[in-house]
Amino acid sequence: MRALVWHGKEDIRCDTVSDPEIEDPRDAIIKVTSCAICGSDLHLFHNLVPAMMPGDIMGHEAMGEVVETGSGLNGKLKKGDRVVVPFTIFCGECEQCRRGNYSVCEKSNRRKDLADKVFGHATAGLFGYTHLTGGYPGGQAEYLRVPFADATHIKVPEGISDEKLLFLSDIFPTGWQAAVQCDIQPTDTVAIWGCGPVGQMAIRSAILLGARQVVAIDCLPERLSMAQAGGAITIDFKTESVIERLDELTGGKGPEKCIDAVGMESHVSMAQPDTIMDRAMQMMMMENDRPHVLREMIYVCRPAGVISIPGVYSGLVDKLPIGMAMNKGLTFRMGQTHVNRWTDDLLRRIEEGQIDPSFVITHTVRLEDGPEMYRVFRDKQDSCIKVVLKP
Amino acid sequence: MTSLSNLVRSKGDPKIIRSGPSSLPASDRMARNLGWFSIALGVTELVAAASITRALGMPGREGLVRSFGLREIASGFLSLSVDKKAGLWSRVAGDLLDLAVLREGLRGFNPRRSTVSTAIIMVAGITVIDILTAKAAGAVHARSDLKPADYGRRTGFPSGVTAARGRAAESFTTPRDMRAELPR
Repeated sequence: MRALVWHGKEDIRCDTVSDPEIEDPRDAIIKVTSCAICGSDLHLFHNLVPAMMPGDIMGHEAMGEVVETGSGLNGKLKKGDRVVVPFTIFCGECEQCRRGNYSVCEKSNRRKDLADKVFGHATAGLFGYTHLTGGYPGGQAEYLRVPFADATHIKVPEGISDEKLLFLSDIFPTGWQAAVQCDIQPTDTVAIWGCGPVGQMAIRSAILLGARQVVAIDCLPERLSMAQAGGAITIDFKTESVIERLDELTGGKGPEKCIDAVGMESHVSMAQPDTIMDRAMQMMMMENDRPHVLREMIYVCRPAGVISIPGVYSGLVDKLPIGMAMNKGLTFRMGQTHVNRWTDDLLRRIEEGQIDPSFVITHTVRLEDGPEMYRVFRDKQDSCIKVVLKP
Repeated sequence: MTSLSNLVRSKGDPKIIRSGPSSLPASDRMARNLGWFSIALGVTELVAAASITRALGMPGREGLVRSFGLREIASGFLSLSVDKKAGLWSRVAGDLLDLAVLREGLRGFNPRRSTVSTAIIMVAGITVIDILTAKAAGAVHARSDLKPADYGRRTGFPSGVTAARGRAAESFTTPRDMRAELPR
């Protein structure tokens, strides 16, 4: 089969690889009908997430049809079923899964030995990601083996397009969880940094959950126009002061809820000297992540507010004003998404027409065009926001 | 490297049979080569400054050569990074500095004039390569000059934003572990 394979920094190739095989009775094989490139794939593309290996298959947003099943699925999945594959692999039985904390499943990470050493305790296995999360082959491929497939799937009905359903795999529940973590009240201002795909989903989620005003922060006109279409007030941080505008919009009190949909690769700008320092430190391997957005959120957030972090961070950050956060009594909520905790509800909302997540797709291409699209997406060329690949 | 990594895959994991074209454009590959060249040259300048000044007939400039070595290493790392354009232009600036200093070696009596001349020709050649690569990398990674798309009609809400506002709040309760609000 063909698959998009990581060969090193900025080096993705559409390779011919052997087909995946059932390894465990709880496995299933999916014939992928649609998959997507995620913003967090770019962190891997840039080799900023440790423990990638040449030969790793990329992709954690995929859906398709079940073509082969292991003997231990207990009828929960059968050949021909149409499924979206959540990016977090989970067993459904461990203590964390029973609490709905699927992204920290205790059983699904097959490199628990490695993850225990780095994280203290292992988190769940993820598709198409670092070996710290199991190094499972990803879904930017013609076929995908799904471990723990009796739990790790979202059954979806026929009659709704792939484009409307695909993002149940990651960005829609990720944006939703980011908003839910804020416990949005009708009086709240929710400020969202980053208008990439997760930011766009977080904006729509905050609107659906009834925020008084949603403020979206970015510098790319095409992203800001999409954010505005979704009901957000926008701030272009290249032409306006984020802090002054947020103060103005909140009567000088700051937003109650702040969402970081940027993560470890915040924009580097001469106007923000800390971003230059972060880039230099990251290059010299003195810190893993560039936390400008976190610094700004902690500064601007209203005391006793909530900071929600769906953006991916990989390791150490420098000069995080934890004293400011402590004194302001801020609540931090973060983590990889507990995808299946939300997807039944979100699927219903798609079916009812409350939301159509396909609005975010700007490019649909063949799988073999994937390597080129990684570059186009990274360089923000051709007004690219979300790429869907058709194997 | 990939065949080596195939060895550590589990039995059912796909393994590479044949590799396809890379996402790395030619200019980025050249930037990488120049980055490694920069680091190698920088290390040489750091550890063999005296030999270099002797070969050029410019004794007493060891400190300057070592500082240029540090500059080369920094440019090298930058050229290997995602910000390769900055790395390549910093190499061009470094080349011009090198040329300015080498010109001094042609002034007055210098028994090593011919070595200096050869060095100037080599640095000038590398400067041309650096400029061409920096321009090519700039062009490959630039955002288009065309007007960015206007996605102002992509609401994501089939019934419009006004109808969507608060629609989920009617049927959704924040899970206990994610609540933030205190009772009023």
